[in-house]
Amino acid sequence: MKLGSLIALAPFLAMTVTAVAAMLAIAVKRNLALINGIAGAGIVISLLLLAPARQQAPAQVTPLLRIDDYALFFIALLLCAGLAVLGLCHDYFKERGGENEELPLLLVTALLGGSVLAASSHFAAFFLGLEILSISLFTLIGYPVNQLRPLEAAIKYLILSGVSSAFLLMGIAFLYAQSGELSFNGMNRFILSQPAMNTVVLSGIVLIVAGLGFKLSLVPFHLWTPDVYEGAPAPVTAFIATVSKGAVFALLLRLFAETGSYAYTPLQPVLGFIAVLSILGGNLLALLQKNVKRLLAYSSIAHMGYLLVAFIAGARIAKPLVVESVGFYLVAYFITTIGAFGVVSVLSSADREAGDIAVYRGLFWRRPWLAGTFTLMLLSLAGIPLTAGFIGKFYIFASGADGKLWGLLAAVIVGSGLGLFYYLRIIVTMSTEEDEGKETELRTMPGEQLSALTLAVLSLLLVWFGILPESLIHSIRAVADIFGK
Amino acid sequence: MMLSSLIAVLFLGGIAAWTAERWNPSAPRWIAIGTLALEALLAGSQFAGLDASTTLLSTPSLSSAWLAEVDLPWIPRFGIGFHLAADGLSLLLIALTVLLGFMAASSSWTEIDQRTGFFYFNLLTCLAGTVGVFLAVDLFLFFLFWEVMIVPMYFLISIWGHENRIYAAIKFVIFTQVSSLLMLISIIVLALVHYHATGAFTFDYFVLLNARLDPELSIWLMLGFFIAFTVKLPAVPFHTWLPDAHTQAPTGGSVILAGVLLKTGAYGLLRFVIPLFPDAAHRFAPVALALGVVSVLYAALMAFAQSDFKRLVAYTSVSHMGFILLGAFSWNLLAMQGAVVTMLAHGLSAGALFMIAGSLQHRLHSREFGKMGGLWQVIPQLSAFTLFFIMATLGLPGLGNFVGEFLVLIGVFQANTAAAAVAALALILSPVYALIVIQRAYHGPLQTRPLLADCSVRELASLGLLVAALVWLGLHPQAVLDVSKPALQPWVQNLNAKET
Repeated sequence: MKLGSLIALAPFLAMTVTAVAAMLAIAVKRNLALINGIAGAGIVISLLLLAPARQQAPAQVTPLLRIDDYALFFIALLLCAGLAVLGLCHDYFKERGGENEELPLLLVTALLGGSVLAASSHFAAFFLGLEILSISLFTLIGYPVNQLRPLEAAIKYLILSGVSSAFLLMGIAFLYAQSGELSFNGMNRFILSQPAMNTVVLSGIVLIVAGLGFKLSLVPFHLWTPDVYEGAPAPVTAFIATVSKGAVFALLLRLFAETGSYAYTPLQPVLGFIAVLSILGGNLLALLQKNVKRLLAYSSIAHMGYLLVAFIAGARIAKPLVVESVGFYLVAYFITTIGAFGVVSVLSSADREAGDIAVYRGLFWRRPWLAGTFTLMLLSLAGIPLTAGFIGKFYIFASGADGKLWGLLAAVIVGSGLGLFYYLRIIVTMSTEEDEGKETELRTMPGEQLSALTLAVLSLLLVWFGILPESLIHSIRAVADIFGK
Repeated sequence: MMLSSLIAVLFLGGIAAWTAERWNPSAPRWIAIGTLALEALLAGSQFAGLDASTTLLSTPSLSSAWLAEVDLPWIPRFGIGFHLAADGLSLLLIALTVLLGFMAASSSWTEIDQRTGFFYFNLLTCLAGTVGVFLAVDLFLFFLFWEVMIVPMYFLISIWGHENRIYAAIKFVIFTQVSSLLMLISIIVLALVHYHATGAFTFDYFVLLNARLDPELSIWLMLGFFIAFTVKLPAVPFHTWLPDAHTQAPTGGSVILAGVLLKTGAYGLLRFVIPLFPDAAHRFAPVALALGVVSVLYAALMAFAQSDFKRLVAYTSVSHMGFILLGAFSWNLLAMQGAVVTMLAHGLSAGALFMIAGSLQHRLHSREFGKMGGLWQVIPQLSAFTLFFIMATLGLPGLGNFVGEFLVLIGVFQANTAAAAVAALALILSPVYALIVIQRAYHGPLQTRPLLADCSVRELASLGLLVAALVWLGLHPQAVLDVSKPALQPWVQNLNAKET
């Protein structure tokens, strides 16, 4: 392997080394702060190594991985999200009993899996990345082993994730059986060389979409989502909602753009149907929730539906615009989702997650900064201007309108209307007066500097990208250019 | 840069008011008043430039109607600019905004005693968004301000409102948001059409004015804007959020809502729908006129049936906004100018009536007519003010509303005789509901109640100011007509040229 390839792989290597180092450190001495420090430093080093890796881009490192701007952008996004979640995890777990030191280690391996997904250009890498990510996630979800709900959530995720992997493998097998190719490029050549529609390939793609649909929790593959979101510890929920979904979406987009799967027109109505179901189903079910974590889970289903609208438009509009839309939307979604679950995590105590909406009553007057952050995040999720979420929604509308997907856009509008209703309900709850004499404060906050810092940075970014999005748009456009003009 | 400071002053003042609460609970009020005074000065200096308007602007793309302009690149990716410009229409509405801002601050003086800082922050931010709406000539920027003014109003209603405030606040946001998303899609499609035709992305109003549109597409785009604006206006059948929002809002919120926020819908019709889609709007005019007539009559009838003071005034607002819809879609200068005068006059009179409703509620803790009755004997000054403003609403000659409605009716008569004839029935219906108010609330036997205080100096001063403004508008409307004429004339000429 040449030196150039090693440099291109350096971020991956750094993550691997971090995992090993953390493991060794745990063997020597159990100290959460130390392990968190190692993991944090490892992630930062991986981030820094992205710069030299970029010098090598675009590079095909082994047939499995392609390190190009697209991959590097999403790896950077995943790593930043991982860093934020690590900060939240530190505050969340430091007061809790038990041996929490393996948690940062698992975060790093999950990030590694996600990064492999973002860079994969081959079905083997795709599957490997997905499994590294998912296996780390079951353990993360079930981390508080002595509690019932996290365990239940972990088992649910384990089983459904296994099923979805089976779907994926079956789909890959179909594709392989027909084409004899496993790399995305080879698949593209094969699809282009096919004069007519190949039903086996189409079924393969549908199976893969179904498998990824599980991971993205699109309706009708969403059933695990609310339970897992509710059961998992709040920072881990933030991680599932962002890193796992973001990586899978990045992969899905590359898969479709590079293998030419967009050429299969019968897929369009299927995807459109999934998008509409996700938007309406997610929003309608979110309306019925009394638990903030479940509500955010359903809303994330709806957000994946919105994202899918831009993705579907890819069949009709210039690919760079799709990458740009999806990229911006994902960045906004990452910031808001981590922020929202970060607030939940700050409010959670060792024995109770701050899921119940009653916990938020009067938060505005008790802890104005925290409530302000949450309000900002919710407004961004609702797509109100001056937040990054609005620019993201603008992108969805722009690509949808360019692709003339009027039906899907109508669904987005209806969904946004429904969404406002439950986002505003949380805001209203935070601004209502507390009942006198009823103590809803869950814990006295001993020290949560890291969470506070994370939330502050996220809020700043949210407003910054909402008011002056040009810098972010500029860098995403550079990424999008790899898919041609 | 003057124009950006018009927005920035209000916003920064809001932040100052919010932070000042920590030092002194009454400081936010004074900061709000100070901010509004500064804003009034700034707006006044814009008016001063009005006479020399022809030479002020050197940009050749703008007609002489535009007085000042700021154009900075903002999101070059989509050709979105921070582009503000003011003409007579914008300035008149900004003047109204500032005046009613004072009224809102004044009527909240004693009513709001909880979390004053956040209250005045929301009040001023809402005004900042509104001023932004009146100034923005980049469609993306316009949309941004359009949305920005909604959120603080939502907080005003949901935190300081009355018993059923959460329902009303959420209803308000959902109506305005969903309709504005339709407008956003229209804006994007308009920009995309222009992009595919010319290869340049832009959201600039002046550029998009010349966009060539397919007739069928332009109807759909026009509808996107039209629905967003008529929801805000509001016109039947999109009006149902308004009575709830008004009834539940705190007095200051009601004043801003009736006086200023509704005008953004009317402004949007005059500024965007008609100039951007003249043909489509012209073909759509019969429907719009019909909606206007229905709004005028239906809302007047509904007003008659209300037993709640604020709800009644809210329905009269819908009725008067119907006149604006009629004026905007009747294709002549007279009617459009009538619409502008009605906007101003309604802002003043409805604002005043909401202030009075607020004062009554403050004294009686009720808005029901059933609990009033005979009030004239105890609070004669407030009653006299009520009589004055009620007379203004029903269109007493000599006051602003009369001029506006009269001009609108003349204009509509030229465009569509039947619509004018039916809409004129409102001139019979409005005295009916107006007199109901006076009859039920102020005459009849006095209900036993503790001593009520009459107007305070603050109330006398603010209501007196509104009286003076309405009388001035009624007696000397030419000043307003002169200012608004250059802003409206090009579109009317444009339309007439197309018609012939």
